[in-house]
Amino acid sequence: MEFLLASAIGCLTAAGVYLTLRKRSFAVVLGMTMLSYATNLFLFATGRLVIDRPPILSEAAQGYTDPLPQALVLTAIVISFGMTALVVMMALGAFVEGGDDRIDLPRRDRRGPRA
Amino acid sequence: MSPALIAVLPFLGALLPGLMVRSGRSPAAIACAAITAVALLGLLLHIPTVLAGEVVTTRLPWMPQIGLNADFMLDGLGLLFGILILGIGLLIILYARFYLSEQDAAGPFFTYLMLFQGAMTGIVLSDNILMMLVFWELTSLSSFLLIGFWKHLPEGRQGARMALTVTALGGLAMIAGCLMLGQVAGSYRLSEIIAQREAIQGSDLYLPALLLILLGAFTKSAQFPFHFWLPRAMAAPTPVSAYLHSATMVKAGIFLMARLWPALSGTPEWFGIVATAGLVTMLVGAVIALFQDDLKGLLAYSTVSHLGLITMLLGFGTEAAATAAMFHITAHASFKAALFMGAGIIDHGTHTRSIRQLGGLRSLMPLTFSLILVASLSMAGIPPFNGFLSKEMMLEQAAAQAGQGMSWAIGALATLAALASVAYSLRLVAHVFLGPARDDYPHAPHDPGPGLWAGPALLVGLVVVTGLFPNATLGWLVAAAGSAVTQTPQHPHFTLWHGITPALAMSALAIGGGVLLLRRWHRADRLRHRLPRPDAKRVFDAVERAVARISRGFTDSFTNGSMSRALALLMLSCVICGFAAWHTGLARPDLRPMLPVTPVALMGWVLMLVATGTMVALHRRRILALVLVGIVGLIVSCTFVYFSAPDLALTQITVEVVTVILMLLALNFLPKRTVLDTSNVKRGADAFVAALAGLGVGILAYAILRRDFAFPSISGYMVENSYKLGGGDNVVNVILVDFRGFDTYGEITVLGIAGLAIFAMTQALLGGRASARLRGWISEMRRAGDRHPLMLVVATRVLMPLSLVVGLYIFLRGHNAPGGGFIAGLVVSVALVMQYMASGYAWAMARQNIPYHALIGLGVLAAGITGAGAWFAGMPFLTSAYGYVHLWGVDPVEWATAMGFDTGVFLAVVGAVMLALNSLSRIARAAGQETAPSDTPQKGRR
Repeated sequence: MEFLLASAIGCLTAAGVYLTLRKRSFAVVLGMTMLSYATNLFLFATGRLVIDRPPILSEAAQGYTDPLPQALVLTAIVISFGMTALVVMMALGAFVEGGDDRIDLPRRDRRGPRA
Repeated sequence: MSPALIAVLPFLGALLPGLMVRSGRSPAAIACAAITAVALLGLLLHIPTVLAGEVVTTRLPWMPQIGLNADFMLDGLGLLFGILILGIGLLIILYARFYLSEQDAAGPFFTYLMLFQGAMTGIVLSDNILMMLVFWELTSLSSFLLIGFWKHLPEGRQGARMALTVTALGGLAMIAGCLMLGQVAGSYRLSEIIAQREAIQGSDLYLPALLLILLGAFTKSAQFPFHFWLPRAMAAPTPVSAYLHSATMVKAGIFLMARLWPALSGTPEWFGIVATAGLVTMLVGAVIALFQDDLKGLLAYSTVSHLGLITMLLGFGTEAAATAAMFHITAHASFKAALFMGAGIIDHGTHTRSIRQLGGLRSLMPLTFSLILVASLSMAGIPPFNGFLSKEMMLEQAAAQAGQGMSWAIGALATLAALASVAYSLRLVAHVFLGPARDDYPHAPHDPGPGLWAGPALLVGLVVVTGLFPNATLGWLVAAAGSAVTQTPQHPHFTLWHGITPALAMSALAIGGGVLLLRRWHRADRLRHRLPRPDAKRVFDAVERAVARISRGFTDSFTNGSMSRALALLMLSCVICGFAAWHTGLARPDLRPMLPVTPVALMGWVLMLVATGTMVALHRRRILALVLVGIVGLIVSCTFVYFSAPDLALTQITVEVVTVILMLLALNFLPKRTVLDTSNVKRGADAFVAALAGLGVGILAYAILRRDFAFPSISGYMVENSYKLGGGDNVVNVILVDFRGFDTYGEITVLGIAGLAIFAMTQALLGGRASARLRGWISEMRRAGDRHPLMLVVATRVLMPLSLVVGLYIFLRGHNAPGGGFIAGLVVSVALVMQYMASGYAWAMARQNIPYHALIGLGVLAAGITGAGAWFAGMPFLTSAYGYVHLWGVDPVEWATAMGFDTGVFLAVVGAVMLALNSLSRIARAAGQETAPSDTPQKGRR
């Protein structure tokens, strides 16, 4: 089971990285969404995998999983929504203002080491 | 009044000009002056205590863990500087009121001035070296604002930048030095540090700490070779020059040397560095001042020279010399501030500061003439003014050094510097005021009104009185300061006539030689023009350009405007660092047993992999990609459920819904397909980077999952105390609203800021060029025939109250069962958004006119108030309490204060999410889609 989760995290990361390396804003947004899935799962995994022991106190419970990574990931999920919304808005603004959805600086605005 | 309050008052005063500036310059100035006067009065009331040899202290713990406390102390040294800062500050405020014209922004000016005054007062009253560093940096920043106050003048901007660069660099060095000093002394309290002379001077860190601290002091006090910034800072308005560059800021370095004198002085290193730097600065400054044509330039270099004099006296390391230094600080502040103000008056009256364009002003500006004459004679060291006394003491100390077998050159060079100082002081009088009146002044000269001359006149009065009766007027203050510096009681006696001494002979030589030199001034000036002159500004600019070029080259080699390239480099370096850490670090063996694979989990895994793979392959078809993202998100939330995290699953699934809606809304305006514009090579390379990153993260995750905790986890504590301390069974929720409530507080604030940023961006977008483009927007997408299907409309409207109840239920049970403010907020947001989706923006907007930004503010406020409520019970911020409420007919309801906090979370989440979606819908409305209620077209059709 551990292997399944780890490989899924790896695949999500790879997909996220590949998409963030694209040159159009929407692909980057998708990539960042994938990366946040991967990161949240990864953080969650630091609490190790435990089945059927939710951190809800009760007398019948035989034990509890680690609640701390869950609390951290919970806020991370919400914050990543905020971030995605911001990036989407920026992408939209750039597209409406600039007329295309490329994320790179136009070549004429670049200031390379030689240029 | 406690020293802490005295230091804080100017900062409070800094708020006033901003509030009062609309009523003009005078109210702002009066407010500042009143505050300054109160602080000065508070200081003066302490005089008897300080003179009795006591030290007035205030101690407030701030961050005791790192030794940073708001400890203030007032001793003789602090008293002397405090009186200078606040007393001259008062005169400067008066002067500035009449100096600034109506076009100048008086509000900011007085604010900066008060900020500066507070920072300086803070430095001289600090008893904690770390806090003093904070104030030290504040003086650099506020003086930057003051020097560059006339933003339209390029010299002002450049001078401000140079001053900031030099003094801030010195300040950085000083931070390092002070930290070393604190380490050696074992305390960051100044009063404890200076009591540890032996420990500090015996330490290996003594020399590095000394060098670093002196670097800070020398840059601040414009000692050679860092003196070049001070004359450039003369582009500042004259009140600033008079305040910062004569009386206060440049003396901060001197103050520091005096403050640390008991701990650092007396070693050969101290003498060698400090006395030499002082001597060289005194000489170089005086010689350059002689040939300055700009009035303020002359005064600036003269200030450099006098600061060198004081530094040299401190460098000698004898108690008498240190006390003499204290006397000269008062003397210099009085005559130099008067001279600067006088220069400002001349500038005001004649519209020029160039000495070559002046001359013969004696009969035209008689009042100014007499003020500047007295101050200049004092600066030249002519009896009976206070400058004579201090110069005499300086020469005496220099002669004493020579007498003690030190090099006779000290005495000779000091005399030479005094000679040059006589010459430039007399030149100021002779070349500006004496000689025939001219008829080519840029503006007809006239004496100013009392507002401008009152300040300098008072200071000139002090120059005379303290010169004639030094023991009665200043003896006590200098004695107190000298005792504080040397940590032994000092009883200096000042007198104009010592009898025939070496110092008197040197003085006479200096005066005679100075007069002769002035008579040959034009010849000397011609000679000087033939000599090469290094231009500090050119060197500084060259260094600045070189540094900027190097750093720009470095930055550009990583980021050249292509985000993809920069990110790929970032990913690769992460992978390499991770690999290096993995390779060199020690990992525990993977002992943790694996859970068996179940068919359900395997199915989920396959689904996730297929969805991810398909998504990447088809990501250019954007809507399809979005659907696949939704699938991945769903599986992620199933994963959370499967591995005992119901709260996470609920959060993930609700976030998923709003995220997909948000992206769909955005996609409305973005192209529906991504154009393929990368080469196969580029895609291959990206895939390679992505594969490496994925592999790295996967291996890392696997490695973590197969190992037990390296350290005992703190989670056990939280599980055990969740109910006892937080009153909740849902440990995750208790952690969020209680154990780590501060964290959550920060997070809802961030979320709120993100929402507001989106709102602001929308405003900008709708107001700008884009709004025209939006209005002409023609969607490329084929629309569905029925935009608001009846089924959907009815279903969502029926569901609305139901969803709200579910939200409330999830919120209420959150403390004990999965749920809570975050999830409830998301559920309610989904319920609201459904109305937007089904019935149209206009319909929903007309019925839900909720100010979402207010909701965010309300949420953060509610959380903050709940947290602060704990203070009233004498507990730290965000401590929660709980109890049970018995209502008739219902089970006992638990009511924890954390509920208030969770309400804040709920409101902030609803506000932020809805503000983001609402902003998108406003763009949609601007794009001409559906501004009318949804039923209008149907009516039209009928």
